Amino acid sequence: MVDVTFSVNGKEHSLSVNDNALLSETLRESLNLTGTHIGCDTSQCGSCTVHLDGKAVKACTVLTAQAAGSEVTTIEGIGEPGSLHPMQEAFNEHHALQCGFCTPGMIMAAIGLVNESESLDGDGVRKGLDGNFCRCTGYHNIVKAVLSAQQNM
Amino acid sequence: MATETGIGASVRRTEDARFITGTGRYTDDINVPGQTYCVFVRSTHARAKIKSIDTSDALSTPGVVAAFVGADLAKDEIGDLPCGWLVKSKDGSDMIAPPHPPIATERVNYVGEPYALVIGETVQAAKDGAEAIVAEFEIQTPVMDVASATQSEQIHESVPSNRSYDWELGDKAATDAAFEDAAHVTSLDIVNNRLIPNAIEPRAALGSFDAASETYTLHTTSQNPHLERLVLAAFVNIAPEAKLHVVSPDVGGGFGSKIFVYAEETAVIWASAKVGRPVKWTADRVESFLSDAHGRDHVTHAELALSEEGDFLGLRVKTTANMGAYLSTFASSVPTYLYGTLMAGQYKTPAIYVEVQAVFTNTAPVDAYRGAGRPEATYVVERLVETAARELNTDVAELRRRNFINPEDFPYETPVALTYDTGNYAASLDKALEYANYSGFASRKARSEADGKRRGLGFSCYIEACGLAPSQVALSLGAGVGLFESAEVRVDVTGSVTVMTGAHSHGQGHETTFAQLVSDKLGIPFENVSVVHGDTRRSDYGLGTYGSRSIAVGGSAISKATDKIVTKAKKIAAHMLDSEEDQVSFDDGIFTIPDSNESLTFGEVAFSAYVPGNFPLDELEPGLSEKAFYDPANFTYPAGTHICEVEIDSETGTTSIVSFVAVDDFGNVINPMIVEGQVHGGLAQGIGQALLEHGIYDSDGQLVSGSYMDYTMPRADDLPDFVVDTTSTPCTHNPLGVKGCGEAGAIGATAAVMNAITDALGVKDLPMPATSETVWRAIQGG
Repeated sequence: MVDVTFSVNGKEHSLSVNDNALLSETLRESLNLTGTHIGCDTSQCGSCTVHLDGKAVKACTVLTAQAAGSEVTTIEGIGEPGSLHPMQEAFNEHHALQCGFCTPGMIMAAIGLVNESESLDGDGVRKGLDGNFCRCTGYHNIVKAVLSAQQNM
Repeated sequence: MATETGIGASVRRTEDARFITGTGRYTDDINVPGQTYCVFVRSTHARAKIKSIDTSDALSTPGVVAAFVGADLAKDEIGDLPCGWLVKSKDGSDMIAPPHPPIATERVNYVGEPYALVIGETVQAAKDGAEAIVAEFEIQTPVMDVASATQSEQIHESVPSNRSYDWELGDKAATDAAFEDAAHVTSLDIVNNRLIPNAIEPRAALGSFDAASETYTLHTTSQNPHLERLVLAAFVNIAPEAKLHVVSPDVGGGFGSKIFVYAEETAVIWASAKVGRPVKWTADRVESFLSDAHGRDHVTHAELALSEEGDFLGLRVKTTANMGAYLSTFASSVPTYLYGTLMAGQYKTPAIYVEVQAVFTNTAPVDAYRGAGRPEATYVVERLVETAARELNTDVAELRRRNFINPEDFPYETPVALTYDTGNYAASLDKALEYANYSGFASRKARSEADGKRRGLGFSCYIEACGLAPSQVALSLGAGVGLFESAEVRVDVTGSVTVMTGAHSHGQGHETTFAQLVSDKLGIPFENVSVVHGDTRRSDYGLGTYGSRSIAVGGSAISKATDKIVTKAKKIAAHMLDSEEDQVSFDDGIFTIPDSNESLTFGEVAFSAYVPGNFPLDELEPGLSEKAFYDPANFTYPAGTHICEVEIDSETGTTSIVSFVAVDDFGNVINPMIVEGQVHGGLAQGIGQALLEHGIYDSDGQLVSGSYMDYTMPRADDLPDFVVDTTSTPCTHNPLGVKGCGEAGAIGATAAVMNAITDALGVKDLPMPATSETVWRAIQGG
């Protein structure tokens, strides 16, 4: 077991976790932040994408112990009904989600992508999101939503 | 009511609010006090006899609560997993369904088949216990090749030649005669590649047992919770339906793979009573690859007979369909009643004969995957038609147009047992040709060639049969369940409305579409309608969601129930307005009578129904809540034209889709935004089949494409922007004139892509997926 102190969505947590606990597991199981989803076991699907010190990462690629001293932001920490993040708003406006399972990771990845990019075109969005699977939308409306949100971020 | 939220409006989805904020509630998000965790021990052999299984080391592993083998379930008389559609062979005999125990007892027949389960205080403890299970096997040679399965070693004692059935449809003699008269015959040998559905949410189950009430509760990732309950009660013998509560909460995509009743939820719900604590299982992705039902996997020889002038005279199809190791829940219906019946396509082919033999191999079971039989049929018909046009040096669009069933021909009875109610195939073709700038293709091709690239155009004029249809017809053909849908429209005291549906949304947006429908019909605000689904204790028995049925069957049930609400409300209003029922009009939420200024709102009538001061209690019961069960009179027949344009890099074989146009006739559309989204998603899966996806087993029966490192899922940069539009010939036999849109993309797209690639390469056929390597090899050989 290892003791870890880190901040999640602006709130400090001190936890004792298994040495091999992944950040994705700790968020879901210890902190009950079930918006971060787990869709694979090979770090391919991107459903667990969160922000670690402002950068989009797949939470299944981070040991919880590695997050010590860091600020983690999950889908639950970026906006809520009535005060949505522009990316959340754009996903709704452009019908960029269907079953919703990949959506939290996709939104967190898209925010990270926009933050790191000067200006994105459709190809840039497609290349930038190629680490996140969506089986429902065919990505068409996700690309539209990200391009639209970019104007409001 | 033409409003911003009524029928025909692209209303933003209400369900999005929870999904975009991370507050959706999927099965794995649910945790209950005292819960334990289940891990399945799965066969690493494709075919073997189980000699012994020793659980003693597992049981002494720290944190392990229990370990069970197949014999433990058998002792409790837990039944086999059934196949729910009895197909008959040509000779009238029943299909053969081999025994399918949820947990293997004597034999394992595919890699990934579970033969034991371990329950632990934590997932890790259960995994450690699973590692400690010692099993001995006598390994046998697996049957892996579909085409030669009938000549291979027998997998199941009860199934000679590994053949479940040998089915036929159509008039053999008439079709053979048509070929004798033909001026030209086009033939193709086609392989429809195995696909793995890959909903991004893995399957999961959380079972618990309340000893005091002897009631089981199962939360699971099901597209059809009532069917789950029916099978677990009636066939598996868990408990009577009334003692079995199945909840299917938010479900992260299904695409068919979550229709079926699987071993895992069966074992979990049974084990919850054995250990006296809730038991939870969530698949990891490797388990999903190994144990979710796969799709497609046909080997086909097909021939099209044409006259000198290009009229289709006959179609002859012989298919071997891979069932995998066992018959999954609806597996038998997929290559038969959902495949052979679609062979007329959009054409007036007068004679058609289809033969399908279903065979067993030592692979995961194969069942319905988005489109289920109809993509395979479309692939056969549309690859043949395009190939015929090329062989006859005829325009591919014009050959199709020449053979189309025309608007004046409806209702049209096909030679393969369906009656199409309506359609206008040329309208979709014309619109698609315009979007695709067909006339400019030659110059675009010349430009590509000047750049050293190859360009091709491919069509697919598909038809599908959705909203699976009249119960009595289906039952007479072997279906084991009715095919209606249930609805309850419950008006609240203050006039808001709660709708219970037997359909299930796992991405389709029912909470929005069904609310639009009801708010429009009742003239009440969209925001005042809530839709409830996915819970066997809240909705009446319904069949769930598959086969693009939700709006056509489930929506029609809601429409019927809403009509009953209006009928009763008019009676109440007549009493309140001191008039007669037939004098009352209801429009836009207001009840009026002729020659009077008096009127009542829907809310006032609802209030009177529950606070019945001014209410005809001598004639009517109080309350305002109505149910309906809608049984379709026929299938619906969405159809359309998809056109794909590709450019291929001759050096690398890399295919780029430079344009993809889909024009579909879905009849009336409730929410165009949602419908477009459904088409996009289907296209991605259809294109994925053509270019990327392939479930591959090696000759030892190992699933080579068993992870996301190996199975190529379509990513954002693999796909183009789509051009999507609709035409409309409203369905003639349901109250909404709707047809359904969930599978069209996946049904139409694959053939269009492969027609485009073969056009670009100048080859007759190419195996799917057309990876860069496959295309490059074709270029080198050509």
